[in-house]
Amino acid sequence: MSKHRIILEAGSADRHYWRDLWNYRGLFGFLAWRDILVRYKQTAIGVLWSVLRPLLTLAVMAFIGWLFESRLPDGVPRLLLVGAATLPWTFFSNAFSEASNSLIANSNLLTKVYFPRLIVPASTIIVCLIDFFIAFAILVVLMVAYQFMPSVRILLLPLFLLLALITALGSGLLIAALNVKYRDFRYIIPFIVQFGLYVSPVAFSSADIYTSERIPEALKIVYALNPMVGVIDGFRWCILGGETTLYLPGFLTSIGISLLLLVAGIRYFRKTERGFADII
Amino acid sequence: MSAPIITVEHLSKRYMLRRQEAPRYTALRDVLSDKARSLFRSRDHASKVDEFLALDDVSFTVNAGDRVGIIGRNGAGKSTLLKILSRITEPTKGRITIDGRVASLLEVGTGFHPELTGRENIYLNGAILGMSKAEIRVKFDEIVAFSEVERFLDTPVKRYSSGMYVRLAFAVAAHLEPEILIVDEVLAVGDAAFQRKCLGKMQDVSGEGRTVLFVSHQMDAVQRLCNKGMLLHKGSLVTAGPMDDVVRDYLQQNATAESDFIFEIPESPRSSAHATHLRIEDSDGRPLPEVPIGSPWQARIGFTVEKPTDGFVIALGISTLLDMPIRTTWSSAQALQPGRYEALFVNDGVHLADNQYKLMVGLSDQGRVLQYLPGQALLTISDISILTGETRIVNSRSGLLMNQMETRIQRID
Repeated sequence: MSKHRIILEAGSADRHYWRDLWNYRGLFGFLAWRDILVRYKQTAIGVLWSVLRPLLTLAVMAFIGWLFESRLPDGVPRLLLVGAATLPWTFFSNAFSEASNSLIANSNLLTKVYFPRLIVPASTIIVCLIDFFIAFAILVVLMVAYQFMPSVRILLLPLFLLLALITALGSGLLIAALNVKYRDFRYIIPFIVQFGLYVSPVAFSSADIYTSERIPEALKIVYALNPMVGVIDGFRWCILGGETTLYLPGFLTSIGISLLLLVAGIRYFRKTERGFADII
Repeated sequence: MSAPIITVEHLSKRYMLRRQEAPRYTALRDVLSDKARSLFRSRDHASKVDEFLALDDVSFTVNAGDRVGIIGRNGAGKSTLLKILSRITEPTKGRITIDGRVASLLEVGTGFHPELTGRENIYLNGAILGMSKAEIRVKFDEIVAFSEVERFLDTPVKRYSSGMYVRLAFAVAAHLEPEILIVDEVLAVGDAAFQRKCLGKMQDVSGEGRTVLFVSHQMDAVQRLCNKGMLLHKGSLVTAGPMDDVVRDYLQQNATAESDFIFEIPESPRSSAHATHLRIEDSDGRPLPEVPIGSPWQARIGFTVEKPTDGFVIALGISTLLDMPIRTTWSSAQALQPGRYEALFVNDGVHLADNQYKLMVGLSDQGRVLQYLPGQALLTISDISILTGETRIVNSRSGLLMNQMETRIQRID
């Protein structure tokens, strides 16, 4: 009897939240499955978009890097240098924007059914993971074409993928919860994504920043505050191997910010979650 | 069986209503500018929102196996109550204890995706309503059979007719197996045959000892399905008890129609008799502001006789609002001494369609009109029906009179 006892009180934190989250794991899968199924319905080339989009981004960013003559580590082709960065960046930007808009996109669910709301933004990120793996396959094809042998460090890639996931989830949860109340964020999100592409080491590499004499030290610290700097540097370190090095202080700062975002995101989300249905 | 499965104590829910000029959602700009403004002006901030108590100190218990009908006018707080019980929104005050798995059906087809096929939507919707994949797989064939859309199972539901869509959606919901089922006005959709099927299914559910909370405006559906009832009015719980009593209370507390009409006493010349009031009642003599369609009613008219009369007749006429007379009934002439009297006109099974009608009262003495009151009293027949067994309500648009003629069909060659 008391197995399913629920007590609803004003403002009381839900003691069984994490257990509930586990019980609703099926829904988590179904929402992701729905988004995947629906994704390319009524498109002419369907799943090819998942291949085309990262390829186009890669081409444009590589062109920009070439135009500005950003430095290449020895023996690393430009397409691979940029590819190792567009991979996590595209994942982050998609996951972040999808998660941030997910609550509003599913408002019909929020106002009619109960489930731990965390499921909605989290399931959208799963969908973006699939795109990530497609883009990863493209990168592997490029590596084969260039006859580029990655170092054993590539085995650590899952850890950096986890870091990218944490960053996307943390910021996505925070913005999604804010977006329910303040629709201003709908306009801020594309801006964050666009802006992020320029301040993250996609077309260039972090070494360009840290070794530059033109850039003041204070600005370098600000640069390191961007959590995606840590993620992208980590990806390059794993995939390209060789002489690419990790600038540790900057890297640790980025990790710290990612974790901070996750904690803040979950906290704010949990705090406001119970009022979503009333204000959405 | 009698242990409470749901206990609600002093439940209140307050909503903040923004003034009309404010946008529906908050913009960051407003918060920032308000914050800035409140630096200079300390109060005045609170006056910008109005409070609205959707539920006000509601307490009740529901026992396991009860089928509870929740009724009330629009804005009474029914949907808010269901939303709180389904954990969609949280209470402002109070405490609720629920001992069991809850499934709520506040809308038919929640989460249906138009691009997905019927088959895919069954799985998706089932998961949203709280079924596991294994549960859905076991019930899949049953769901499809109930929905009657087998042929279109692999068609995207955006190509479905609205009837098919509703049938499929309800079929999924009907196969939920929670301990507590919460259902909001979802039977209002779909055709009559399917509504009957759904109601039957819900009766089966409650027959298995599960608890049902059901909101509806269809009194006959509520009465057929529920054994207990709750009447909400403007956020407060008015009555709770056996369903039939609660329905009767609901019909009487009606706010828009009146059951009592007071007639003005004519100043001069003083006639020898005048009517003082008219009251519309049910057959037990209780005031009835809105007569449920197909239900018995009577009109009680009070009148005062000032001077002795030899051939007093009181008449009651019914006409449409457009003054088309429907029928008039006269009492038999009789001699009355001065005093106060009451006349009772009992409606004899003529069932008017749901609408408003004018009631005319006339007093005469030996053919001489003493008083004529055209249309100062209104009779309201509501579309809410109480199940009366014998009465066959066809369709209120089929005519002014609901009574059916006797029909015979015979073969002539």
